[in-house]
Amino acid sequence: MIRLTNVCKDYPTRVGMRRVLDSINVTVQPGEHLGILGRNGAGKSTLVRLISGAEAPTLGTIERNMAVSWPLAFSGGFQGSLTGADNVRFICRIYGVDYQPRFEFVKDFSELGIYLNEPVATYSSGMRARLAFAISMTIDFDCYLIDEVMAVGDQRFRERCRVELFEKRRDKAMLIVSHSHRYLKNVCDRFLLIEGGRLEDHNDFDEVYFRYKQLIGEGFESREDMVAAMDASTPEAQLRRERKRLRRLAANAGE
Amino acid sequence: MHSNSSQPPTGALVHHSPWEINRRVISALFLREMLTRYGRNNIGFLWLFVEPMLFTLVVVGIRSVTRSIYEGTIPMVAFAVTGWPSAMLWRNMPSRCMGALKSNRSLLHHRQVRIVDIYITRILLEQMATTTSFIVVSLILFAAGWLMPPEDVLKVIGGWLLLGWFGAGLALILGPLSERYEFVAHFWRPTMYIFLPLSGVAFVVDALPHSLQSIAMWFPMLNAIEYLRDGWFGSLFHAHYDIGYVVTFNLCLTFAGLSLVRQVGLGPSEE
Repeated sequence: MIRLTNVCKDYPTRVGMRRVLDSINVTVQPGEHLGILGRNGAGKSTLVRLISGAEAPTLGTIERNMAVSWPLAFSGGFQGSLTGADNVRFICRIYGVDYQPRFEFVKDFSELGIYLNEPVATYSSGMRARLAFAISMTIDFDCYLIDEVMAVGDQRFRERCRVELFEKRRDKAMLIVSHSHRYLKNVCDRFLLIEGGRLEDHNDFDEVYFRYKQLIGEGFESREDMVAAMDASTPEAQLRRERKRLRRLAANAGE
Repeated sequence: MHSNSSQPPTGALVHHSPWEINRRVISALFLREMLTRYGRNNIGFLWLFVEPMLFTLVVVGIRSVTRSIYEGTIPMVAFAVTGWPSAMLWRNMPSRCMGALKSNRSLLHHRQVRIVDIYITRILLEQMATTTSFIVVSLILFAAGWLMPPEDVLKVIGGWLLLGWFGAGLALILGPLSERYEFVAHFWRPTMYIFLPLSGVAFVVDALPHSLQSIAMWFPMLNAIEYLRDGWFGSLFHAHYDIGYVVTFNLCLTFAGLSLVRQVGLGPSEE
């Protein structure tokens, strides 16, 4: 369980301290999947950093009775002059786990081949993301922090990440920051909306997404409109529309 | 679909005692830092010895020409070899620790890595690098027949440790301060160049005029170098030092440093 009690976080600005998170309370139970929504700069990543322990709260307490991951696919921790293998070795060392089986796994999953022995500085951003995700999967956590992870890699890699994370580790707790509604809706069972430093706890996706859309100024007239629009944007719906258009074209050509 | 036959065994996150975790984290950081700095080819490591060697030779050269300070009773090689590495010892640690957190901040996402670990790693690495170079240079000069072995090895070690402690304390203060105030790093360089000659690299206290001696004794690193030199060639000059003062000074530095390290963890971070 992770419990945040009256947590505040201030950041200094030119016009004095700004309170990004204002006495928020939230509890994450084992196995729960939480989606975090909010405008840019609302404090989503700050919340993730507080929970990961990379930053201390200004006020309040954070209890962790679970092993919490670093933000997934997070590649900021790589030392550019070290090789991919060196970085795997480093992670294994600080977590006190065997290197060899994990290195095999990373080699297998990241498909970086000989590049694992080259400095990370020479990697493309896609390669770096693949390495980062693969390394994240070598340590077992009770709770995974996922900050816009699925935006990386090609289709095939994304699919493999999905299997690794949401199928093999579906029983683990997850905190997911994403702007992708399809992704959140499919994966999460609880949602947090951050607005004005406050946290809104929602259990219904359509409800929270309606609120979120209102906040970012793309509001729908009603929830029904929004659900219809979202359904219309699914791949299936797009395919239906495309078929219809082609049929119409064919019919016109036939005339 | 891709097969994952090599999936590592689960339940990997072993819970150890705090001491065990600290030890593991620091050794991992240490190896990482060493690879980053010296690389895989050992030529980078060589400069560690070449630089103090060169300095020692230059000082010996100049002194054998001028031969003015202290009527030439002090063996010049021993004087130089105890001067430059000693100054490097307390000078390099703060330099390495300034901005260390900024470049390693992302490591704090790993729960077991604490800010103080980052500083300890850099201090240890610097300590070991300078110590190694001190020993190697001394051995080379000894083998060449230019340097007499120390009269009292324990005193030499004691002086060296006191200097290292002083450097570590200074690093723990300047590291966090440089994180919070940008000017600290800019001021450090000129300040250091003022303090470097005052720290006894190029003189012994006894050679100073009496009026200056009491002022010079306020510098803790000067006390420590005098102690170290007393151990090496104490029978040839009159050493001035107050070990109690150095220890007290170091204790205060360490205490202030550790509390600053704590504070910097509570402050905001940029990423």
